[in-house]
Amino acid sequence: MSFTLEQSPTTGDEVITNYTINFGPQHPAAHGVLRMVLELDGELIERVDCHVGLLHRGTEKLIEYKTYLQALPYFDRLDYCSPLCMEHSYVLAVEKLLNVEVPLRAQYLRVLFAELTRICNHMLNMGSHVMDVGAMTPNLWLFEVREDCLNFFERASGARMHSAWFRPGGVHEDVPQQLLDDMGTWLDTRLKPLFEDAMSLVIDNRIFKQRNVDIAVVSKEDALAWGFSGPMIRAAGIPWDLRKSQPYDVYDRMDFEIPVGTRSDCYDRFMVRVEEVRQSARIMKQCLAEMPAGPVHSDDLKVSPPRRAAMKSDMESLIHHFKLYTEGFHVPAGEVYVATESPKGEFGVYLVSDGSNKPYRCKIRPTAFSHLQAMDFMCKGHMLPDATAILGAIDVVFGECDR
Amino acid sequence: MGQVFHSAPRFAANDGVADAVAATLGARLLSAKEDHGELVFTVARDSIADALSLLRDRHEYQQLMEIAGVDYPDRAERFEVVYMLLSVTRNHRVIVKVSASETTPVPTITQLWPNAGWLEREVFDLYGVIFSGNADLRRILTDYGFEGHPFRKDFPLSGYVEVRYSEEDKRVVYEPIRLAQDLRQFDFMSPWEGAEYVLPGDEKAGDKA
Repeated sequence: MSFTLEQSPTTGDEVITNYTINFGPQHPAAHGVLRMVLELDGELIERVDCHVGLLHRGTEKLIEYKTYLQALPYFDRLDYCSPLCMEHSYVLAVEKLLNVEVPLRAQYLRVLFAELTRICNHMLNMGSHVMDVGAMTPNLWLFEVREDCLNFFERASGARMHSAWFRPGGVHEDVPQQLLDDMGTWLDTRLKPLFEDAMSLVIDNRIFKQRNVDIAVVSKEDALAWGFSGPMIRAAGIPWDLRKSQPYDVYDRMDFEIPVGTRSDCYDRFMVRVEEVRQSARIMKQCLAEMPAGPVHSDDLKVSPPRRAAMKSDMESLIHHFKLYTEGFHVPAGEVYVATESPKGEFGVYLVSDGSNKPYRCKIRPTAFSHLQAMDFMCKGHMLPDATAILGAIDVVFGECDR
Repeated sequence: MGQVFHSAPRFAANDGVADAVAATLGARLLSAKEDHGELVFTVARDSIADALSLLRDRHEYQQLMEIAGVDYPDRAERFEVVYMLLSVTRNHRVIVKVSASETTPVPTITQLWPNAGWLEREVFDLYGVIFSGNADLRRILTDYGFEGHPFRKDFPLSGYVEVRYSEEDKRVVYEPIRLAQDLRQFDFMSPWEGAEYVLPGDEKAGDKA
């Protein structure tokens, strides 16, 4: 007597095919409108195909139809988490073409607010990163800091996010002394306790480490080849920071450290940002201590508006004001590529001028493009839930990526 | 270059770099210039991959930061493809560019830098420059199924189509663009300096002359 095994209708020689899922474009951990087509083998990621461009607004094309001054507010809307750092690259590019001198106080103010923006940006990124991997409380605490930052922006420029406060030749308006005093107090009494409290929940947290340590390890060679910048390249152990190596404004007067990672994983990227917040606070304190009095925009009336009082009595000032806000200023022909250290990495502006009052071409280098492109090789072999941690550690914002 | 007043990023000096690069590139280099403190090298289109690999391996430009397209409709080869290189060891930047037309493909450099893939896709999408050898030359920023290359200077700012959600079809539909008000382009150039139109009141001036 022999047994014959009954053939199951559901098992057999079928080939188990890989599973393809759509991540996004509407997914809370996609940090905006990223669509990732993930090819999965079980729960392991085999291949990632990022579809970007869902937030493409044609910013660069629009800028070609605006005067240099009208083009500025578009930069706030690129990386809407760190608007002033976006403006910084643009105004420096215009100033480089114009070769215009910026008063010292304006340079200090720009550095001060660029660092405040960095803190503001990192609060959002770190908060959402820890939330993506399962923690809730730190995000709420960090948002309290972010709220304070936005209030400072409002007091300086009138707008909480889209400040349009950096202008070619300086900054738009001076800030009241009270604001600077409050900022100094805030750094000691608010930022430090709130931030350190929130970090004490995260840094040594077992779950957070399990989700981030040894995830998406990138070698130094890969980091260079893929065009990494900012915290991504520093986490890979390369001490590269444009504020230090190619200083702009008064960064060369500032005393600060560049944190670098040792293992180049998601945890290191997070920790680099943690230290950057402390260093930013240090730079802000130096700015507050050293900031001289004086004008806050260039005295070149072709670039900066005249004083309101002068316009009441001086015909020439009135003409300058009118011409500046209608025709704008003419920028000498030429091309420059100016990159600054935005909170997310190297944010560059390639500006081509034909000598008229409008940019001929304004190419914006988003930080996210090279980082997001590396998602494929960073995710390979990791589990599906790791994709959110990797994405969170990249710090991607789609206003900037898609332009 | 005269005195530097601006406070833009200060990288290592350009002294001697142009000559060294020219010696390495040889006949591949068509022209070189230094303007506003930026070194710009124009190289022959067919040898761009060659030239960039020489710059990477012999001159330590380890990172490709950006590829930009620029459109000059008046030129015989209307597009420029501009490569921004960065050296983290020598703390220096250079710009390398080639020219191209709609029909002349530019050799890809994805074998040199993997991140060139998306950057080339972007230039292809927005300008229609073809990169030969790029295995994945899909559109990247524009919509699925988009037609045309929007950043060309002859592409209108308003575009050709608009989208809306159609209640009847229960999907997003594309329609020719309809503007309730004309797209206004203000010309603020001073009429005494740059006007390309007849000044009001001057209409009959031409007849007398």
